Amino acid sequence: MYTAIVFLPLLGSFIAGLFGRVIGARAAELVTTVLLFTSAALSAYVFYDVAMMGHGGIVHLATWIGSGDFQADWALRVDTLTAVMLVVVTGVSSLVHLYSIGYMHEDPHRARFFSYLSLFTFAMLMLVTSNNFLQMFFGWEGVGLASYLLIGFWFQKPEANAAAMKAFVVNRVGDFGFALGIFGVWTVFGTLDFDAVFAAAPGMVGHTMQFGNWQLDTLTTLCLLLFVGAMGKSAQLFLHTWLPDAMEGPTPVSALIHAATMVTAGVFLVCRCSPMFQLAPDALTFVTFIGATTAFFAASVGLFQNDIKRVIAYSTCSQLGYMFAAAGVGAYNAAMFHLFTHAFFKALLFLGAGSVIHAMHHEQDMRKMGGLARQIPFTWAMMLIGNLALTGVGIPLLGIGAAGFYSKDGIINATYLAGTGIGSYAFTLTVVAALMTSFYSWRQFLMTFHGPYRGAAVDEHGHEAHGHDDHGHHTPKLSEVHESPMVMLIPLLILSLGALFAGALFNHMFAGEGVHEFWRGAVALGEHAGEEHHLPLWVEFAPFVVTIIGFAIAYYYYVLHPDVPPKLAARKGMLYTFLYNKWYFDEIYDFLFVKPAVKLGRFLWKKGDGLVIDGFGPDGVAARVLDVTKQTVRFQSGYLYHYAFAMLIGVVALMSYFLFWGGAQ
Amino acid sequence: MSHLLSIITFLPLLGAAAILVMGGEGEARARNARAIALITTLVDMAASLFLWANFDGSSAAFQFVEQADWLGFGITYHMGVDGISMLFVVLTGVLMPFCILASWESVQKRVAEYMIAFLVLEALMMGVFCALDLVLFYLFFEGGLIPMFVIIGVWGGQRRVYASFKFFLYTLLGSVLMLLAIVAMYLYAGTTDIVTLLNSTHFPPEMQTWLWLAFFASFAVKMPMWPVHTWLPDAHVEAPTAGSVILAGILLKMGGYGFLRFSLPMFASATDMFTPLVFTLSVVAIIYTSFVALAQEDIKKLIAYSSVAHMGFVTMGIFTLTHQGVEGSIYQMLSHGIVSGALFLCVGVIYDRMHTRMIDAYGGLVNRMPFYAACFLVFTLANVGLPGTGGFVGEFLTMLGAFKVNTWVAIFAATGVILSAAYMLYLYWRVVFGKLIKPSLQTIQDLSLREIAILAPLVIITIWMGVYPKPIFDVTTASVEHLLAQNKMALARDKAPKLASAAAKEAHP
Repeated sequence: MYTAIVFLPLLGSFIAGLFGRVIGARAAELVTTVLLFTSAALSAYVFYDVAMMGHGGIVHLATWIGSGDFQADWALRVDTLTAVMLVVVTGVSSLVHLYSIGYMHEDPHRARFFSYLSLFTFAMLMLVTSNNFLQMFFGWEGVGLASYLLIGFWFQKPEANAAAMKAFVVNRVGDFGFALGIFGVWTVFGTLDFDAVFAAAPGMVGHTMQFGNWQLDTLTTLCLLLFVGAMGKSAQLFLHTWLPDAMEGPTPVSALIHAATMVTAGVFLVCRCSPMFQLAPDALTFVTFIGATTAFFAASVGLFQNDIKRVIAYSTCSQLGYMFAAAGVGAYNAAMFHLFTHAFFKALLFLGAGSVIHAMHHEQDMRKMGGLARQIPFTWAMMLIGNLALTGVGIPLLGIGAAGFYSKDGIINATYLAGTGIGSYAFTLTVVAALMTSFYSWRQFLMTFHGPYRGAAVDEHGHEAHGHDDHGHHTPKLSEVHESPMVMLIPLLILSLGALFAGALFNHMFAGEGVHEFWRGAVALGEHAGEEHHLPLWVEFAPFVVTIIGFAIAYYYYVLHPDVPPKLAARKGMLYTFLYNKWYFDEIYDFLFVKPAVKLGRFLWKKGDGLVIDGFGPDGVAARVLDVTKQTVRFQSGYLYHYAFAMLIGVVALMSYFLFWGGAQ
Repeated sequence: MSHLLSIITFLPLLGAAAILVMGGEGEARARNARAIALITTLVDMAASLFLWANFDGSSAAFQFVEQADWLGFGITYHMGVDGISMLFVVLTGVLMPFCILASWESVQKRVAEYMIAFLVLEALMMGVFCALDLVLFYLFFEGGLIPMFVIIGVWGGQRRVYASFKFFLYTLLGSVLMLLAIVAMYLYAGTTDIVTLLNSTHFPPEMQTWLWLAFFASFAVKMPMWPVHTWLPDAHVEAPTAGSVILAGILLKMGGYGFLRFSLPMFASATDMFTPLVFTLSVVAIIYTSFVALAQEDIKKLIAYSSVAHMGFVTMGIFTLTHQGVEGSIYQMLSHGIVSGALFLCVGVIYDRMHTRMIDAYGGLVNRMPFYAACFLVFTLANVGLPGTGGFVGEFLTMLGAFKVNTWVAIFAATGVILSAAYMLYLYWRVVFGKLIKPSLQTIQDLSLREIAILAPLVIITIWMGVYPKPIFDVTTASVEHLLAQNKMALARDKAPKLASAAAKEAHP
């Protein structure tokens, strides 16, 4: 059954990709979608069987690479951690497949699109079911490939091509660390199998290893290297720049890959390796530091974005930061819980945004929206639920709320409970980030659905500031804005149920008293995991209060005084400009890495190869030879055959010399 | 069966002779030449696969051995393959039919001579990997230069004369030194038999140093290693498509094969001494040429530079002297043979249509050539080393081996992983993606059936090599193990007297 879950999507991908032209786009859509739903149904059963009933196991498929004492197999490992990911991946993926039938219905390359979606799902499933680091790396790069293909799906758009390449290359920077981590794990432990490595890890505490010129603590080094990979895939600070650009891909892709599943692979990696990370406190501190800082940073950038998808993209980046912050204080279960609920509500938000974009004829600038609630009430309701879940609305003392209320507050509480310096740092930043999350979420919601419709009005101002939308499409009249077809709305409805109830339903297992029974060692758990904590009242209320404040500010600016924000934006205050330009990361990287790389390449080519090596080497020699042979031009016939012949003669002469004179001794 | 290697080696010469004696004029002659060449190479491919099927992977000994008197003075006609050389024979056999097919329409002048040159080249390349006598090896090794020189010089592009001379000058320099080394070895050991030299000769450490350097000069140029690589981009750019395929696919592998066959087992202490040098050159090659590739404007040049970078992984892996490093290098050579060959074939496809290799001249090809785009993508990704393609396995294992030996080397080499993604995807973007706006491209046609027949099998091989490399490792493992044991033993023997004398000094100060 595990094999079927993983390989059915691959089968679908093959059929749609290779025979899409023969069987037609509709057939390709149906085949991939049906196979994916089958896979999802099986996953649901596996979740029940493994996570609730306590079964599970490992299926060996074949040898992959076996070289000397290096051995890595193809195998499918299913424990609770995998089961959770299986449900998330196949669940969201099948809904996204269904949704895409409606969203992509005008696209001539639909078969290819569905093939890529299924290929992605396969790679992601290989990642989460891996039993060793190498297969994980296979899935890891495989999802990167699918992401590259899907971001660049509209290959005629230069922005899409640039974004696709950027995503791949930035991810490769992360993979650089991941790969070194794998080499290190093998060098230290002599195996890449998870069980064997984790079993041997406690024996390595306090050991050091040679890395570069330094003797470093073994486990800390390995964990940090692996974490660099996680930073790339999960778009954490410094390696986050590809994620917002990835929004150039079709919106269902953003929902599946860049919100619900692929970007959470980094969190999954840290949780999978939690038995190792748990033994490397310094590495954990770094994880929390990066996570909390990213949560804060991305939320701050999200404040003033005008593209509906980019707001959600930064929100994703920020929420992933929350997950790492939790993992870093040892609350892996809280991280996974947030991963789980986040998949529902973030996919919901993206698909909802897709529905808005679909209704707006592919307009993504929120400054050209407004007042859409009455035209697309269902989408409005769905986005409302998504935002309630994201901002974590709930009633603290009663403990009732939407999904994010449980999982996000769980993270904030965990950082507080850590009681360390880095814990306080994370607590402060995540609370502030929660305030900003609330603001940008409601800002986005209000700008899109409420206030007056600005479809035609903003053109003059919009272009100078944004310059992003001159693809020639026009915003429709308000009366032309229609609700999306059923095939798109049903996935929204299902996800909204998850966004509302996943927190309440699963809190007990993921983070409540049932944790030990549920996880059964799949992730490391702290000593006090699952116990009732008595937090100071102000800590318990902090997320709730900041959420209200965020909403109030958004409401003030975008409903009560909608004329103020454009004026403030036009004034281009320093903080606004800084945040609007995303802390200038892209510009800095361009200046530091991209431009110098090309320049260096040109320099090495022209000066290094051309001037130095060729100059002193062949060209120089040839020139000297020519000087000499000027005197003896008559030997130069210019025919290559002659040279070849002369060469042969030379070889024969040398050979004879050696045979008859050398051999005689 | 007992003459299988001779058959594989000399069968192409038979084909060449057939073309030579075959009559006909003009087009008829060309058609016959193509047919004979294709049949010959296909039969040879079948023979090489037969060789593989009958090869005993559990043994490290030379198999299918043939020996006969030849020149006297202890120089014999001695052929045989072990787990290190056997797969190169197969690689040569497999790539040749693709080369003939790729030249089917693109070569129109002097077709018969062209086919003869390729068949002679095939025979010589096969000989290199089968020869078990130094003189025989040298003849094949250097003989291969001539047909290649002719192929570039006659059927090449505009600067073909410059390129072929540069190619010649470089390789000749190396081979003269190697010849001197061979003479010296003969004078010392009294034999040129490789098996004898491997098993029962050991050269004094000082002599090893010189021999190692002389062989290194030849192999480093062939690889090519930085900084003697500059002939390669020029040769590739000017060579006809099939010439590039052979150059990248097989000729470059002779250097790596030479290191494995001679330098490691015969000159163990010199190898030990020069390892840091090789590591440095390898790492520089990986990083330096990757940057250079990033700046290229000519597709073939870009792929040529990327080949240099990939060969950097090979030399690095070989000199780690770890099982993973060495086996990874062999794997990297095999997969690079397929992948870079396929990439040059891909370039050939569009060159045949547009007669330019400039990246600027293309853009948006996917709009009219979806099949082409798909094939090209697979090879691009394999070149980038994506897991699941042949390119990954070798790169991964060589770096794994390097990490064990020297983490700096692994760290620097791993940056190549980032850079290769950058230059290959940048290339792919500029050539394949985007809108199709150039007027000259408006009528460009997608792959013909012949071209699909060429590229599709290579796609399958590339993915197979990435997913299930076991059949290949089954062949190489025992021989690699044996090679490393030989190296270790020889090194210990060389060090033993020094240790003994050092111990003696300590005992009697």
